Amino acid sequence: MKRVLFAAFVLFQAVASSAQTPQRPANAAPAGNAEEGKKLFIADGCYQCHGYEAQGSSATGPRLGPKPIAFATFTRYVRAPSGQMPPYTAKVVSDGDLANIYAFLQSRPEPAKDIPLLKP
Amino acid sequence: MSKTLSVDRRGFLKSAAVTGAAAGAAVLVPGATNAAAQQGPATATASTPPREIDPPSTVEVLTTDRPGGDFMVDVIKSLDFEYVAANPGSSFRGIHESIVNYGGNTAPEFITCCHEESSVAMAHGYFKAEGKPMAVLCHGTVGMQHAAMAIYNAYCDRVPVYIMAGNTLDATLRRPGVEWAHSVQDAAVMVRDFIKWDDQPISLPHFAESAVRAYKIAMTPPMMPVLLVLDGGLQEDPIASDVNARLRVPKLTRTSAPQGDSGAVAEAAKLLVAAQNPVIVADRAARTPAGLAKLIELAETLQAPVINQGGRMNFPTRHPLNQSANARPLVANADVIIGLELTDFWGTVNASRDSLVRTSRSITKPGAKLISITALDLNTKGNYQDFQRYPEVDIAMAADAEATLPALTDACKRLINADRRSALAERGKRLAESHATALDRVRTEAAYGWDATPISTARLTMELWAQIKNEDWALVAESGIMSDWTSRLWGFEKHYQSLGGSGGAGVGYGAPAAVGAALANRKRGRLSVTIQGDGDFLYAPGVWWTAAHHRIPLLAVMHNNRAYHQELMHLQRMANRHQRGIGRAHIGTTIDNPNVDFAKIAQGLGVHAQGPITNPNDLGPAIKRAIDVVKKGEPSLIDVVTQPR
Repeated sequence: MKRVLFAAFVLFQAVASSAQTPQRPANAAPAGNAEEGKKLFIADGCYQCHGYEAQGSSATGPRLGPKPIAFATFTRYVRAPSGQMPPYTAKVVSDGDLANIYAFLQSRPEPAKDIPLLKP
Repeated sequence: MSKTLSVDRRGFLKSAAVTGAAAGAAVLVPGATNAAAQQGPATATASTPPREIDPPSTVEVLTTDRPGGDFMVDVIKSLDFEYVAANPGSSFRGIHESIVNYGGNTAPEFITCCHEESSVAMAHGYFKAEGKPMAVLCHGTVGMQHAAMAIYNAYCDRVPVYIMAGNTLDATLRRPGVEWAHSVQDAAVMVRDFIKWDDQPISLPHFAESAVRAYKIAMTPPMMPVLLVLDGGLQEDPIASDVNARLRVPKLTRTSAPQGDSGAVAEAAKLLVAAQNPVIVADRAARTPAGLAKLIELAETLQAPVINQGGRMNFPTRHPLNQSANARPLVANADVIIGLELTDFWGTVNASRDSLVRTSRSITKPGAKLISITALDLNTKGNYQDFQRYPEVDIAMAADAEATLPALTDACKRLINADRRSALAERGKRLAESHATALDRVRTEAAYGWDATPISTARLTMELWAQIKNEDWALVAESGIMSDWTSRLWGFEKHYQSLGGSGGAGVGYGAPAAVGAALANRKRGRLSVTIQGDGDFLYAPGVWWTAAHHRIPLLAVMHNNRAYHQELMHLQRMANRHQRGIGRAHIGTTIDNPNVDFAKIAQGLGVHAQGPITNPNDLGPAIKRAIDVVKKGEPSLIDVVTQPR
């Protein structure tokens, strides 16, 4: 129980801190390397739930790219997720690695329009 | 020799008085006594070379033309089994021989399986496609042990499988060695927790009654597997004349499915008609095609959303009231929720979190009324915990949902006046718009990663749909987890087009269940399709030989993510929870290094196969080629390397 309360406190602090700090624009993430991020996306197991292209799965995890949520929100969630996602602490994935992963998510292409097999 | 010697098995092996034609038979050991003959067939020895003696005083009776197994076949034929699936075993050699010779190997026809797990899972899939059970024969002890997991799946999926297992009860007549290892005091005990009924008949009249009783019990909701243990002597010994005079095949009268209490039905109707936001949730509700039509009628009467949890083909995917894509918000906003044959009502109305400390919370509005109709309330066992967490409902009907739906719908219709009908129509319009929006959203999501390698599961789903949608198709199994793309993107309309899952989540169900269902579909010329997981394939791949040997047409498209991916994610969860990184999560969870060549395995088992396919543009043409093979009456498999989910 103590751990739960602590985790809740950390999450509250993160949210509160975010609320008091002027929001960075969504695309104002630290500069990251998308190629490096692609490797990390696999090595850190992000692909397991979200797919190699971050396209998401209704069964395991949502689509993450090409327009990811704001970097601060992204980081906060990865560190202390509120849903089924397992937490990635800084001991496992550094802030720098997260920036690279974020760059990879931003680099995902928009899908083609009018794919014949997807027409009604 | 009389056709019905009045001797039991022990007497049969004793020397018998020589009469008639037998008088001229040779006796190999001079002066053989009854005691000597009991020790086994007489044989020559070095010290006493065989010689003819004339006339012999006694001779062994070595043949019969009316063994007990023949009568067993008479009874089994009366139950209208199309097939009996089995891996051959000496403990049922008597009835096996009676089936293929006396029974003419028709109704039932013997289906050769390579593993008892395959036999039972084939029968599991067959039932859901055909609506009647397939018989299964299991070898004593070891065969039952192999069959156990598949029996558990069928039990959890409420599917009747008619199992017969061999055994040798009389210890003094067992052959030394293996027959002892395969004999058991209580053959059913290892599966009794997850079957509905069992018996070990000690006479043929007993067998007849128990065989018919077993069928009746298995087919009464809640349906489950049953087991008859067949003594080897009973199968093989000649039918004694006094027993023969008493033999008859009992009449089978199917028990009608239990319907909900009329008072409870009326109360449920009152709640549903008055509700602002009622929700219908169905899991194993539509047992038959009629169940599908009945659920449509209830939903349209109420203009209420339906969430199909997919245990059966409960509701058409393109029906505007199908709101499965909006399940969570609908449940959260509902004032009345009716659950029809739900596996997990508690899990439907609660959210739980798999975290370091496991937590759960209700997701329903305060005061929401819950109505349950399930035949499972009539038969819940204690050991295996598939009954899930206790749901606190307001009305619980211990009844079969499909049998109860007509009365419930009629009761609702009687309560709907003109004003209410107008309000319901408005709700229906909103739901239709929501359905269309959800479908558009799914199509948009499917486009992401469309050209990726490994191939996206959405791409696989739609390449397959393009080739089958104009056929009389049925998705007979889906053993990989594919992000629900098929149910979200395909137009499922008919009851046979979706058969649900394994029930007990025992991996290895997919391939044999698909083959069994395809066997049921064969006579109708239906195109049976399965999406085949790689881990599932590797459990008992011999079933592909069975499909080839018996010429069972089946299109298998693999969802090969080269992992036991669910377990890989569990390892990731543990590693992250312990802050150790996931660098070693692949150990024990992936199926690579080397990659399995599934096409080569299938080819080796006599199945037409292609792959591995890694380029999404190659997939459509491969599916076309495979369908050409299937249309000629053969199975065909395509190995497709895919995204994880």
